[in-house]
Amino acid sequence: MSKILLFDNIDEPGLNTLEVYQRRGGYEMLRKALTMTPEDVLAQLSDSAVRGRGGAGFPMGRKISFLPRGDLQKYLVCNADESEPGTFKDRELMQKTPHMLIEGLVIAAYAAQISHAFIYVRGEYQLQADIIEAAIAEADGAGYLGENILESGFSLSLVLHRGAGAYICGEETGLLDSLEGKRGNPRLKPPFPAIEGLYAGPTLINNVETLSTVPTIMRLGGAEYAEIGTQGSTGTKLVSISGDVKRPGNYEIELGIPSREIIYGLAGGPPSGLEIKFWFPGGSSAPVLTKDDLDVPYDFDSMAKAGSMLGSGAIIIADESRSVLDTALKLAKFYAHESCGKCVPCREGTNWTHKMLMRIKTGEATPMDLDIMASVQEQIIGNCLCVLGDAMAMPIGSMVEKFRPELEAEIEAARERAEAAPEQNVVALGVADEHAGPMPVH
Amino acid sequence: MSSGRIPVPRFGHGSRVPGWDEAVDLTKDPAVVPDPATNPVPDELRAEIEAAMAKYPDRRSAAIPALHAAQALHGWCSPEAIDQVATVMQLTPAYLTSVATFYDMLELTPRPPHNDVYVCTNISCSLLGADELFDAMVGAAGGDESVHVSSFECLGACDIAPMASVNGEYVGPLVLADCEQIVADLAAGRPVLPDKQLRHRRCVDPSVSGGTQEFSAPDHDQRADAAGLSAADQSADRPGPSAPLQRPDTPTEN
Repeated sequence: MSKILLFDNIDEPGLNTLEVYQRRGGYEMLRKALTMTPEDVLAQLSDSAVRGRGGAGFPMGRKISFLPRGDLQKYLVCNADESEPGTFKDRELMQKTPHMLIEGLVIAAYAAQISHAFIYVRGEYQLQADIIEAAIAEADGAGYLGENILESGFSLSLVLHRGAGAYICGEETGLLDSLEGKRGNPRLKPPFPAIEGLYAGPTLINNVETLSTVPTIMRLGGAEYAEIGTQGSTGTKLVSISGDVKRPGNYEIELGIPSREIIYGLAGGPPSGLEIKFWFPGGSSAPVLTKDDLDVPYDFDSMAKAGSMLGSGAIIIADESRSVLDTALKLAKFYAHESCGKCVPCREGTNWTHKMLMRIKTGEATPMDLDIMASVQEQIIGNCLCVLGDAMAMPIGSMVEKFRPELEAEIEAARERAEAAPEQNVVALGVADEHAGPMPVH
Repeated sequence: MSSGRIPVPRFGHGSRVPGWDEAVDLTKDPAVVPDPATNPVPDELRAEIEAAMAKYPDRRSAAIPALHAAQALHGWCSPEAIDQVATVMQLTPAYLTSVATFYDMLELTPRPPHNDVYVCTNISCSLLGADELFDAMVGAAGGDESVHVSSFECLGACDIAPMASVNGEYVGPLVLADCEQIVADLAAGRPVLPDKQLRHRRCVDPSVSGGTQEFSAPDHDQRADAAGLSAADQSADRPGPSAPLQRPDTPTEN
């Protein structure tokens, strides 16, 4: 078993209340941090080499060091808009131990000398938002938030903001626009949020899991935390595993353990007993891997080397009975719906990919369509303001590459089916489109 | 290619893609910021929006909370609801409409105040039968206007796939028969499927649960729960109509 840091006794009843959290030594690390200088706290975070847990894996300490120093109006935004398909780790943290998040957030704000913080929770997480709101009120009452925290002279206001259902608001600049009360369209970078973010002020954006790790880093010390995991990927990571496994759920693992150990050891493998056909190692935006990649160590660098990414740490498993085409269709439909429409390659590319996959389904496609589809994916990647388009292009591109024979067989089978019974096919498509078309009628 | 081309299915307006924007009426002037003197706003809604605006350095940040509040009152973001928000926030209705059209949880089609059932139909859930579940849920809701079923993006609960969010309460893993129960629970105004609510679910990590945890119904005596939240806390800032969120003290048979 790996080290348990974040999930330590997480099911203790009442851990979401201040009383129980404090009894377990909660907010001690905040007290400790406030006796140190902000530079020393930042040094601990930098030494830990902890990488962002939201998806991009950017080192947290370095991110803070990008913020301009001095007595400016700076903002901290906690990204709790967890909407990457397959990801549900932040949900469990927010629901069960909200004070750990608040404590980490206050310490991070202190290190960066930030006085205003926001937690942006996706609108669907109503229970979690309620719990955090109650926790903020408790922390405020106990003097861990607000003016002059624990007589240290440091002040921080924390506001919980609820979203309203948009995947793109998990993208950091889309989130900032949404928090400013606009449509959640991503912005051009640079300027990066560290220079010009929320309300045009320097802004630090971190994921829930990253901030929740901060108290642990302070407890162990940065250098000791860096001993856990591998050199490039330090610490423990929450992994959300779902799909065709016996025991789906969140697990805390030490980075660098073999993927097989997570998928078969912890989650029990496919309940059907079938082999794994393909799996997403880091949310639905990650290029798919196959059963040949099960021994790749689960850390940021090894996943990148294997041609995929660790992303948000969400593993989705599909066993051999699953159709690649159906999964690709789900993916394309999702991203076409969630594309904000600002950049042409993403707006058009996601919709065209969805249409092309529908053509395969209805028997109108030829194998050449797969080449066109692959080239559409290439034209999306790297050509937009944010990576939503890439997030569709990468998995779909990898599916076309790795499962081309199967897709070609699907094309052929669908064409034969359609020619045998054209009407039937039309009806089936009509129904499918009616309840979940690429653009729901509003 | 064979000669027998398949007829392409099209929607009523002639397109293969559903949903075109309505044409703008160019004969009308654009709406301006409404005058508070001539636009009455219910006191409660005004108070809620003003409280939301006070939380942010820029009042526009309160757009989403304000629209949520208006939607809870009117059932959807009707022109009247948007006008009322615009009156309090002193913004143009067009600005607020642009925000409302962006987000999935803000409704733009006429609807009385209703119960929301979001069925997740993303990858993990659909691998485990979410599409059939969605059809069954639509069937169970039937013509009942008070239950609005929609298929939704990943709701972040793939561990209980296939799942649904009923007025914000996550329930799963669902079987087809649960759909009727959800509608019945909603009609009776009681907590929905108390044994399948996510809030009671324990962590599956064997290091946490000591390896005893199987993927099964929660243990009633040892629920990891939202303890310590009073009913008032829970509904304070909750968007939309919500079912009473109370912890069932005794296991209900279901």
